[in-house]
Amino acid sequence: MTPTHLERLIQLLAKLPGLGPRSARRAALHLLRKRESLMQPLAAALTEAADKVRGCSVCGNLDTVDPCGLCQDSRRDGTILCVVEEVADLWALERTGAFKGRYHVLGGVLSALDGVGPDQLAIDPLVARAGTDGVKEVILAMGATVDGQTTAHYIADRLGQLGLSVTRLAHGVPVGGELDYLDDGTLAAALRARRPL
Amino acid sequence: MSIVRSSARSADDLTLVPRAHPRGAATCVARISLTEFRCYRSAVLDIDPRPVVLTGPNGAGKTNLLEAISMLAPGRGLRRARLDELDRWMPGQTPGRGPAWAVAARILVPAGSHDVGTGRDPTDETVRRVVRIDGRAARGQTALAGLLTVLWLTPAMDRLFNDRAGERRRFLDRLVYGLDPEHAERVSAYDHALRERAHLLRAERAPDPAWLDVLEAKMAEGGVAIAAARRILVQRLNAVMEDGPGIFPRARLGVSGATDEWLDTMPALAAEEKLAAALGTSRGHDREAGGALHGPHRADLSVVHAGKGLPAREASTGEQKALLVAIVLAQAAMLSQVRGRTPILLLDEVAAHLDARRREALFDVLLALGAQCWLAGTDEATFAELGSAAQFVRVRDAMLAPAPEGTSR
Repeated sequence: MTPTHLERLIQLLAKLPGLGPRSARRAALHLLRKRESLMQPLAAALTEAADKVRGCSVCGNLDTVDPCGLCQDSRRDGTILCVVEEVADLWALERTGAFKGRYHVLGGVLSALDGVGPDQLAIDPLVARAGTDGVKEVILAMGATVDGQTTAHYIADRLGQLGLSVTRLAHGVPVGGELDYLDDGTLAAALRARRPL
Repeated sequence: MSIVRSSARSADDLTLVPRAHPRGAATCVARISLTEFRCYRSAVLDIDPRPVVLTGPNGAGKTNLLEAISMLAPGRGLRRARLDELDRWMPGQTPGRGPAWAVAARILVPAGSHDVGTGRDPTDETVRRVVRIDGRAARGQTALAGLLTVLWLTPAMDRLFNDRAGERRRFLDRLVYGLDPEHAERVSAYDHALRERAHLLRAERAPDPAWLDVLEAKMAEGGVAIAAARRILVQRLNAVMEDGPGIFPRARLGVSGATDEWLDTMPALAAEEKLAAALGTSRGHDREAGGALHGPHRADLSVVHAGKGLPAREASTGEQKALLVAIVLAQAAMLSQVRGRTPILLLDEVAAHLDARRREALFDVLLALGAQCWLAGTDEATFAELGSAAQFVRVRDAMLAPAPEGTSR
């Protein structure tokens, strides 16, 4: 490998989220040291994933089959649809094992400043899906950011005419969290969303 | 109460000062350490709850030390600096690429003490601020608001009453944060929605009206909450100043702006609807002019010298300074009344601009408040009246040297 190859590898690694030039150099050296046990399997896995993984045409999840494994799973409840910003959020919810309905990945949030409008997100397909398929409830599982909440309200408006139940995730005290360490905004939200015991 | 003079009392009499404080111990900084911060390579200062007087020539590092303390509260500190500007400046060094600045402090609160640390994240290649409280990483700067409130007056604020309305709004909002920490998030969410709407309106293709509706609804909801929080603060401050000490001119505060005035005549929900409707009808205007014609971002803080019925902007420079001092002192008194906690006060070059009578009154009020106050000035003699009621620290070339007790006069 000539220095240019190595530099190119480092430049590409540095484009990964969470890696800067320094950590990319470290990763490249580590890969070269573990050529057979890590670098070659990684290269093969990258090629295969680039070749085979596609976005699901129904929900937007990533999988090697289309529709994806989750959409094809007949045990899942098709009457509840959970809307998330990104595939990473879908994975996070799946890790909990607490949700057995179906998903819809928007592919981002509305942000005029970043040039992301309703047309850039899977909102029309969501409205179409929610209007058919026997859907009874749509959960808007957007982040509690300003853009996330704007997107949630926008979608709630769009779904308004369909007569569905539209819900959002609760905001409040994290499990195992101490009140003393919570910021005032979260604590106030938790207080407003209190429930009878 | 009168000033405690070092010549007249022994060191044991220092206990008189805390006894004169209001009930409930004050929050104070007991130790502060600065690393690679502005002009400081490394400095540590141990202090007690008494006022701290920093003296030294221009450029010695007095304001930098005050700025370090201001970083113990959420926000960008008293100079509104970017995070990488706080790194110690070294010739030929790109800001944000050298050693990262850090400020650590031990804070005494009525219930005990906390170790607080903040600084630029040295491990992250993007410029990011980290906050640690008692050895645990805090989720963000807002966690600091739960521990202490820091108020400051700097020479840069001298022109406040003649400056742009935006500066006065920022001053007002900072006062509101002390009373209502949620206000910071509210203001930033409102500003974000405002920018999003402006961007959409300026876009070449016609914006999605439903998207605009959502943004305007958010602006209306957040905007009325902002106006309401400002009103509550102004009412409380006016009430405190009503029966404040007579030596400082009494300031009468008000907030002028359409949204703020609606709250005088209608309930908040009606004001929200009115603001949303007003934003809806001003889309054409706002597309041409940019920004938004309506909303709390157009409000202004009005200050009147109550004794003379004179708008603050027409008062003399000295009177303006005295009005500012009166507002900050009222805020400190109000916070200890309402939130049961005294703020830390940073007063940079304040004493020098007051005549001897007002200066003595200022010291009296500060001691009575029981708030830990940091006073910076070039001339030690200006603070001589404080005597042993205060602790003196000499700042020379980014070195801190506590002055021996009794030598300050």
